[in-house]
Amino acid sequence: MSILVDEHTRLIIQGITGNEGQFHGSQMIAYGTNVVGGVVPGRGGETCLDRPVFDTVSQAVAATGANASVIYVPAAFAADAALEAIDTGLPLVVIITEGIPTLDMMTVYWEARHRGTVVIGPNCPGVISPGKAKVGIMPGHIHRPGRVGVISRSGTLTYEIVNELTTNGLGQSTCIGIGGDPIVGTSFVDALRMFAADPETDAVVLIGEIGGTDEEVAAEYVKAGFRKPVVGFIAGLTAPPGKRMGHAGAIIAGGKGTAAEKIAALAAAGIPVAQRPDQVAGLVKQALGQK
Amino acid sequence: MKIHEYQAKEILARYGVPTPNGRVAETAGEAVKAAAELTLPIAIKAQVHVGGRGKAGGIKLARTTDEVGSLASAILGMNIKGSVVRKVLVESGVDIRQEIYLGLIVDRASKHIVLMASAAGGVEIEEVAAQTPEKILKVSLKRHLGMPAYVARQTAAFLGLPPAAGRPFAAIAQGLYRAFIECDCSLAEINPLVVTGDGGLIACDAKMNFDDNALYRHPEIAALRDEGEEEPLETDARRHRVSYVKLDGRIGCLVNGAGLAMATMDVVKHFGGAPANFLDIGGGAKPEQVVEALRIITADPNVNTILFNIFGGIVRCDRVAEGILIAQQKLNLKLPIVIRLSGTNEELARDMLKDAGLIAMPTMSEACKKAVEISQR
Repeated sequence: MSILVDEHTRLIIQGITGNEGQFHGSQMIAYGTNVVGGVVPGRGGETCLDRPVFDTVSQAVAATGANASVIYVPAAFAADAALEAIDTGLPLVVIITEGIPTLDMMTVYWEARHRGTVVIGPNCPGVISPGKAKVGIMPGHIHRPGRVGVISRSGTLTYEIVNELTTNGLGQSTCIGIGGDPIVGTSFVDALRMFAADPETDAVVLIGEIGGTDEEVAAEYVKAGFRKPVVGFIAGLTAPPGKRMGHAGAIIAGGKGTAAEKIAALAAAGIPVAQRPDQVAGLVKQALGQK
Repeated sequence: MKIHEYQAKEILARYGVPTPNGRVAETAGEAVKAAAELTLPIAIKAQVHVGGRGKAGGIKLARTTDEVGSLASAILGMNIKGSVVRKVLVESGVDIRQEIYLGLIVDRASKHIVLMASAAGGVEIEEVAAQTPEKILKVSLKRHLGMPAYVARQTAAFLGLPPAAGRPFAAIAQGLYRAFIECDCSLAEINPLVVTGDGGLIACDAKMNFDDNALYRHPEIAALRDEGEEEPLETDARRHRVSYVKLDGRIGCLVNGAGLAMATMDVVKHFGGAPANFLDIGGGAKPEQVVEALRIITADPNVNTILFNIFGGIVRCDRVAEGILIAQQKLNLKLPIVIRLSGTNEELARDMLKDAGLIAMPTMSEACKKAVEISQR
């Protein structure tokens, strides 16, 4: 098993005809993801990547039986695209787009909660269950099927750590990029809950960064009875306060959200925290009792 | 994005929030001229983005018109925590009976806009939160309900406002909320909201921060940006769509991806070095971005070593290497360059770089360690 995406995922791509949609669409298909179609308003009836294109998500779902969507739509239109996917009743919507206004995302967040839709992102690399399905923009080849779950707010930093896991013989059940924005659809705790229920995930790597308190909330959750080993890494110990470090959500505001606070919270929950990305795999092995 | 107090007050006034009569002045002469239309005493307030300007001497009260000129010239040009004062706000003084805090923020934890209010206004709200959190009221505002009148009434009751102030307070709270939504704020606060001697309400200071992601739909707000308040290299980087934050170390870092860029800085520090900057050239590490990024980094005279950390992923490393070599030639760079490239065609890329005399390392930790070693020679 794995979580969120697997061989049963029937994926539509919102924004399939754009540069990003086409490039990553072809990469996802090459990885073996079952991409069943695309949605681009005004382009219904065309084909793209040998898949049918529809004007609306509901048309796409009716014709293809899709059960998930990935969004590569530009920031100004991405929240609307997500609301459309949620309205259609799709259980999973992955938003890759960076730069969505926070208030728009707030609307998407609450609509998704009311409808029971899982939203991943925005501003994230997506979700991959190695060997089964890749929904997003991450390089598929660095992943291996296995039993470690990964949850991260970042993109390339996740690849760095996944690559270390893989070269150290630790495959992954599912890797989730939850996104670098202040408001994201799925939090660390939401993702930990899913991994808790997955019998094929033995340990979880949690990759956080400065800004917000999501890591602290996750630490509390783990302390309260998460039964699988968790290993952490937090980026941004050297980040100055009040400055946005690339990601919209990576900012120490009003003295809150520092890496030191997060590391302390994780440590207090008994979670070993790596000082460098290349120490994560070793800590996972230790936690699993491997040498 | 941040704006000045006078700009925030102009915006809030459009939403029905009462503010003192005032003018902006860039010279002492302008300040004196502005004062002629105002009533004494007159407040002269430095317009800078940093907090704590009152304690730093950036806010003064003139009792006579003569004082306005001398106080304004003392404040103009003052350096407050690295910000040079270029403008002052000259305002009619207000008869203060009570100072209140009223603010709205995007609360990341609850995913709501949260109203915060306190009768302990006039000081920084973080201070109140740390010392006397019971003095702060927090109300989560549901997006589909907006700012209902009852929330304003409950807030007024918590603050102990006189009954006559109830309606004007509700109008201010609702105006602040509308401004927040319509301008895509991340924070909007009135501190202090003053209860005057005759029981009226007036916003004596205001602060508004905006969501950078939403500026595209508010060109009139984007135009309020004061580049004089920014680090010049950061302005330059922003114009070239490079995400850059200046720090004070010696190792210039170029990384693809924000999380990896932060982690690279941390690993440099871990090995005893000091990063000169945060810089994210984007996941794709395109050659033209590499050129701009290198130009910006090397414009910082503190930089004595350059460190690339590129996790290639889908991007081909040999093409990134090509971009680095082109940039090095184009900019005629003499500084030592340490490069870590990982991903497709990485061996080919490392050979290309080594042939050109650059230092190519196979892992992030080794590259960071090497850069620290070189920078400390």
